[in-house]
Amino acid sequence: MSRHTLSVLVEDKPGVLTRVAGLFARRAFNIHSLAVGPTEITGMSRITVVVDAEGDLLEQVTKQLNKLINVIKIVELASDASVQRDHIMVKVRADATTRLQVTQAADLFRASVIDVSTDSLIIEATGVAEKLSALLAVLEPFGIREIVQSGTLAIGRGAKSMSDRALRSA
Amino acid sequence: MSKGSPISPTLMASKAPAAAGAVTKKAAAKVVSATSSASPVPGPNNSVDAIGMSGSQAIVRSLEELGVDDVFGLPGGAILPTYDPLMDSDRINHILVRHEQGAGHAAQGYAMVTGRPGVCIATSGPGATNLVTAIADAHMDSVPMVCITGQVASSVIGTDAFQEADIVGITMPITKHSYLVTDPQDIPRVMAEAFHLATTGRPGPVLVDVAKDAQVGPMTFSWPPKIDLPGYRPTVKGHPKQIREAARLIALAQRPVLYVGGGVVKAHGSAELMELAEVTGAPVTTTLTARGAFPDSHEQHVGMPGMHGSVSAVTALQQADLLVTLGARFDDRVTGVLSSFAPNAKVIHADVDPAEISKNRNADVPIVGSLKEILPDLAKAVAEEFEKAGQPDLGPWWSQLNRLRDTYPLGWTDPEDGLSSPENVIKQVGALTGPEGVYVAGVGQHQMWAAQFIKYERPHAWLNSAGLGTMGYSIPAAMGAKVGNPDRTVWAIDGDGCFQMTNQELATCAINNIPIKVAIINNSSLGMVRQWQTLFYEGRYSNTDLNTGHNTRRIPDFVKLAEAYGCAGLRCERDEDIEATIKQALEINDRPVVVDFVVSPNSMVWPMVPAGVSNDLIQIARNMTPQWEEED
Repeated sequence: MSRHTLSVLVEDKPGVLTRVAGLFARRAFNIHSLAVGPTEITGMSRITVVVDAEGDLLEQVTKQLNKLINVIKIVELASDASVQRDHIMVKVRADATTRLQVTQAADLFRASVIDVSTDSLIIEATGVAEKLSALLAVLEPFGIREIVQSGTLAIGRGAKSMSDRALRSA
Repeated sequence: MSKGSPISPTLMASKAPAAAGAVTKKAAAKVVSATSSASPVPGPNNSVDAIGMSGSQAIVRSLEELGVDDVFGLPGGAILPTYDPLMDSDRINHILVRHEQGAGHAAQGYAMVTGRPGVCIATSGPGATNLVTAIADAHMDSVPMVCITGQVASSVIGTDAFQEADIVGITMPITKHSYLVTDPQDIPRVMAEAFHLATTGRPGPVLVDVAKDAQVGPMTFSWPPKIDLPGYRPTVKGHPKQIREAARLIALAQRPVLYVGGGVVKAHGSAELMELAEVTGAPVTTTLTARGAFPDSHEQHVGMPGMHGSVSAVTALQQADLLVTLGARFDDRVTGVLSSFAPNAKVIHADVDPAEISKNRNADVPIVGSLKEILPDLAKAVAEEFEKAGQPDLGPWWSQLNRLRDTYPLGWTDPEDGLSSPENVIKQVGALTGPEGVYVAGVGQHQMWAAQFIKYERPHAWLNSAGLGTMGYSIPAAMGAKVGNPDRTVWAIDGDGCFQMTNQELATCAINNIPIKVAIINNSSLGMVRQWQTLFYEGRYSNTDLNTGHNTRRIPDFVKLAEAYGCAGLRCERDEDIEATIKQALEINDRPVVVDFVVSPNSMVWPMVPAGVSNDLIQIARNMTPQWEEED
């Protein structure tokens, strides 16, 4: 079982996320993470989905996804040919005695403090999944109160645009 | 309802693909692939100038503009607004069914014989959920169908309103696509897209769910609408390089087989298939959905493959060195245990749906496109390859298959209980009606016998529920087929179990003058289940006795039931009456006929590949396997 990142360009229509997510569920695929948002083209959204799958099964699910009428295009983004980032916000216990240590730890990861209260901080960080888990490991001893994390976002390296190519062929 | 502005003669000409008018050109620009029709909007593409009407009038008008003649349905609260203008349409013939499932299967039967999309209409909630089985059936067997359902008003969607069901959500996995319409202005475009999607690429069911307020609300109608489907570009033409590679493999093969599936029927590619078959000289097998795609009487036809296929067809696939797979999908009922299926064969796989390629069996040469286009291209490439590289000698292959065909023809042994053999009844129905008839089976033993013992010479003559295996398909599908082919004799070959699931449509047939003929193969039991109980459960007949046959209470009495429905009811219990009874049924054409053929419950479907084993272990009768030659 290996991990794959798929970028799915879709029409921004009601139910499209249900169709895509339902297809993964129906074929017994576990979605590791999912991120959806609008693109530079009005009416088009992009779903970044990270799944665990064998190669043959991934090809089959990609073909099935392509059959969905609202799906415009699917590309698999290999880690060496794309930039992939997760976004995390962590609420950490921090009072006057530990606050400095926590902020220093955040600095090491180029994370920023976005909220401060008397006994806690909220730290925001962006990076690959490994970096974020390293950050969490460092923050853990201080006491993590809450974590919220985005799905992975991924974009191909270089000048080419996924939606560009998709629309030219349309 | 008025037909609106007059038809523009220049736009009428756009029906011919060569002379596309300005409007159709503009619309066609959205579609990249080379579709055979000039405009993606199905139907005559008449031009209708903007005219105000209600959403429900727009639904009816769209159906008219799409060229729809017949629809099957049953009204209810949420679809009531649409039934009102439907009453005024002088073009659309609406057939009122007795159960929405019947409307769905009737639309399937209509589509299967005409090649045009079947249309069914139901109300929200239970009306829509009653369509679900037919939608799933159409999805499995790739039947072009458009289902229009009413939905509660958009203001109350999601509030558990009376007769509310999320039918778009429910049917998402079993439709090709679906729409929820809440703005009446969207109706013409959605209807045109629905018909385009249902009929192109790999055909399938499309659901259009229309909220009540979208039916009642005002809109401005014009035609043709602009289809906007940027994510839908089915491939039509097969890739020339792949076709050349396929031809090269065919020229090298010593034991090739054409493995023909329902896709050839859906593509209307029988003539093209004949061309390829005769160029290659290879044996042809037709699967359950492809019966009739290639004539049974042709000497290259070696039979139906699969769990109940003929020894010659099953063996041909098992021992082939090349499978030329045409619109088939390596279904488990054909392959048996997949890993042991055709172990020495290379695979050419031509299909309109790229997701079928290498889904179950890896394809050495994939060809994506319409069989209608691929088959002639491939025949031409094969002829060229033969000219260049020589035609392989298939003599040894044919002598092996001919020996199997002669030694193990399809047949049966008469039952020992003195009752009629069901195989004989079905064979005689086919023989006395002939290849111009249409035969519609339910699911079970009678379905397999009807596939085996009726001789099919043309496509669109054999209908059944193959993929989903829906008991109850036969009566409503036969009704739809008879509406689509009113001049043909249409037989529903049904079981006593299947018949009891949907026979209320006999009322629809009787009242609307749809004189189908029903042959109930009455073995007084759920026969196929009983066969498995005989073979695999030590004859413990758990819940399979239906008490409809010989020496039972006969509940219901099928003859009386037929008469109660305004049909002719006949019963045949002795071999010597079979021919006369069928002839009598063939002569009654002023009303539906139901014949209760009382047959033995002990007859079993042979040959059979038991579930979970290799096709090499095919049995020609209980515990009897064919005698293989040494080199086999």
